[in-house]
Amino acid sequence: MRMPAPEPALIARKAEIVRALRRIVPGEGVVSDPDELVPFESDGLSAYRQTPLAVVLPETTQQVAEVLKWCQAEGVKVVPRGAGTSLSGGALPLADGVVLGMAKFNRILEVDHANRCAVVQPGVTNLGVTTAVEADGFYYAPDPSSQIACTIGGNVAENSGGVHCLKYGLTTNNLLGCEIVLMNGEVVRLGGKAFDAAGYDLLGLVTGSEGLLGVVTEVTVRILPKPETARALLLGFPSVEAAGSTVGDIIAAGVIPAGLEMMDNPAIRAAEAFVGAGYPVDAAALLIVELDGPEAECAELTGHVRALATARGADFVRVSHSEAERLAFWAGRKAAFPAVGRIAPDYYCMDGTIPRGKLPKVLSAISQMGEAFGLGVANVFHAGDGNLHPLILYDADKPGDLEKAEAFGAEILKLCVAVGGVLTGEHGVGVEKRDLMGTMFDPTDLACQQRVKCAFDPSLLLNPGKVFPTLHRCAELGRMHVHKGKLAFPDLPRF
Amino acid sequence: MLAAAIPARLPTSLEEVQALVAETGAHGRRIEVVGGGTKRGIGPVTADVTLSLAGLDKVIDYAPEELVLTAQAGARLADLERLVAAQGQMLAFEPPRWTKLLGVSGEPTLGGALAANLSGPRRIRAGAARDHFLGFQGVSGRGEVFKAGGKVVKNVTGYDLMKLMAGSWGTLAVLTEVTIKVLPAPRTEATLMLFGLADAQACEAMAQAMNGPFEVSGAAHLPPFAAGAEMAVTALRLEGFEASVAARVEGLAAALKGFGRLETLDAPHSREFWGGVREVDAFARDQRPLWRLSLPPALGWRVAEALPGDVLYDWAGGLVWLLTEAEGPRVRTAARDLGGHAMKLRGPGPAFDSLPGPLAALTSRVKAAFDPLDLLNPGRMAG
Repeated sequence: MRMPAPEPALIARKAEIVRALRRIVPGEGVVSDPDELVPFESDGLSAYRQTPLAVVLPETTQQVAEVLKWCQAEGVKVVPRGAGTSLSGGALPLADGVVLGMAKFNRILEVDHANRCAVVQPGVTNLGVTTAVEADGFYYAPDPSSQIACTIGGNVAENSGGVHCLKYGLTTNNLLGCEIVLMNGEVVRLGGKAFDAAGYDLLGLVTGSEGLLGVVTEVTVRILPKPETARALLLGFPSVEAAGSTVGDIIAAGVIPAGLEMMDNPAIRAAEAFVGAGYPVDAAALLIVELDGPEAECAELTGHVRALATARGADFVRVSHSEAERLAFWAGRKAAFPAVGRIAPDYYCMDGTIPRGKLPKVLSAISQMGEAFGLGVANVFHAGDGNLHPLILYDADKPGDLEKAEAFGAEILKLCVAVGGVLTGEHGVGVEKRDLMGTMFDPTDLACQQRVKCAFDPSLLLNPGKVFPTLHRCAELGRMHVHKGKLAFPDLPRF
Repeated sequence: MLAAAIPARLPTSLEEVQALVAETGAHGRRIEVVGGGTKRGIGPVTADVTLSLAGLDKVIDYAPEELVLTAQAGARLADLERLVAAQGQMLAFEPPRWTKLLGVSGEPTLGGALAANLSGPRRIRAGAARDHFLGFQGVSGRGEVFKAGGKVVKNVTGYDLMKLMAGSWGTLAVLTEVTIKVLPAPRTEATLMLFGLADAQACEAMAQAMNGPFEVSGAAHLPPFAAGAEMAVTALRLEGFEASVAARVEGLAAALKGFGRLETLDAPHSREFWGGVREVDAFARDQRPLWRLSLPPALGWRVAEALPGDVLYDWAGGLVWLLTEAEGPRVRTAARDLGGHAMKLRGPGPAFDSLPGPLAALTSRVKAAFDPLDLLNPGRMAG
């Protein structure tokens, strides 16, 4: 993975850049000592590391605006960062760039029950929003597995999902508004507390833009009343096909569960050995189905789901009878990543989405690829929406193993695209899948996206090196398209 | 109120759309993009040629078990709703037609519903058209064929250009093929009705219903004029499996006891009632200018206090339909002061709100990224 070549001239200006940042953010708000920069050198994709030139930790929107404006004027690159939990390298620093950390924006500004929303600063954690509203019977629905640490600002940048997004949507479906600062220092408010806003849906465009369009400084999220009841089922199957067919049957029966997760045998074993959740270690596949809503609904649907699973040959069926038991069912799934971390020195988590019907075919192909690469793999799967998380097991200390894991991962993602799916369901493109964008999008598709980037950040200084495999200057993209050797509009002025 | 007759083109393939945009643009002429043409009166377009998507009306792929439907943009909503209903599914954003409301004929299309980001009463629970828009192929104002998104329900690969296209009213690109998420249709529904509440009180009742664990999928208040009755009607819809709906009807009725007499509509009557709310039937035959105001739900009723005329509330108070002779700027200011915005659907003057400075500049840069020569629906979203 290659990042844009650092500019020696910028690195040479470090002292001057740090002085300028300190003028804008006085006190402890600028980190420049090499030892103190170490915690910032990677995010959740720890295979990639880079020490930044400096880190600035502003506390007000005005400081963010001044930092960005100064950096734009001086040609200094900026990498925004929330909690640094991205699994795709979205917050990977640049040697000649400044990391703009939003951790100090950590206040809940308003909880508005009448309008069912909360206005929060971007450094508030995902779980922090729920904590702030749960005493009144509300919660914030998107629940990425890193929710105790990841921030709402990062969630907006990555359009984060979670195990409940089949029923409740991703971040983008749970936002009402935000304030962003553009690279030129302009502050723009998008949306508010109403369901829609005037003009283009720039809120929807910015959500999931991976920190390339603007820096989020305030977020208005929708909050929902907590469901009356939630109940989980653990269903063990003798084959992956049977589990996959059951998922299809559940959806066909008109049931959209709050959560619908699948684990394959290596993932079941790893999780069981780690937390002892009571999983059937001999099952080829395990489904965790969560149903929520009124008690009457949960009771009815639990019966439906149990019958569908049994008809497909489920030989292990447990239904949670208490909140403690429901959480215990989830404990294994939620600990799947660290559990896999115990059976191999390192793991590399992929994130493709496939049409659910292709699951048996894709899982068997992944297993064959694993044999060919000589690497183990455990699969956890947001089965309801087809979002696959193969965990590739490798050893970073073994020369060549990381490269093998990366190549294996790339093959998996190419397969996802080939069967009609996509490169990333919820983790983002970042640096990790940047060079695979061409398998899903042709150069014109990518040019259309990059022109959006140019509309927000024409100097390409905000989070460069992420998402797009090739950096085109905006002037070059602005030119009109040449089709079969002919300009589409030969008689019109160019710009 | 249709635009004056200008030449109409009816391409039947992506290639024809691309050629048409490229040729028309090359001659410096401008294009009005229409689906069924039923929303043409919203936002004036000054164009030299009309490009209709009505000839691109095929279903490309429908996989009920994947919850995904791909169709050409000119596919008719009525056809698609029949198709998915046969599999027990629905377009959960409940797209309105507004044909009676706008006094027009024609068949609304999926592409049109997405381009206008239309959504019905279920908006409060299931989201808008934009929330179900998974991917598309289209032709930009640069005459380029491009695509975005995918054909699966969960995807964050690349910018979410679907959100940008939804609600862009055909000013950025001509959508030719779109993929949407479909969902299981509810097995049954019921509606609880309260009577004679004042607007503020009704908004309070709707908020109470929304804030409890009842999964309300429609919350509307019709003051006497809109209800066509002596008494106002406040309605709350519950949808889902039979046992669940029955339990929630009971729970919600108990929670709303303090608001007076309650009646329950059974499924057929409930469907009919919400069809009328979705289409704003109550305001269809009125000659006064018609506005659609989007506001923070708890503040919806205050706009009716601030302005003369008649109102109908949907989205738990967050969507206010207003018939008024009040001057445009006065209506827009009232909406803006409450943290919302206003759109004029019938009557003279611009349809859309103007945008504040930096946002307006950013918006024109985004427009230029896709349509630098302002070929597509020129002037449509001007405030």
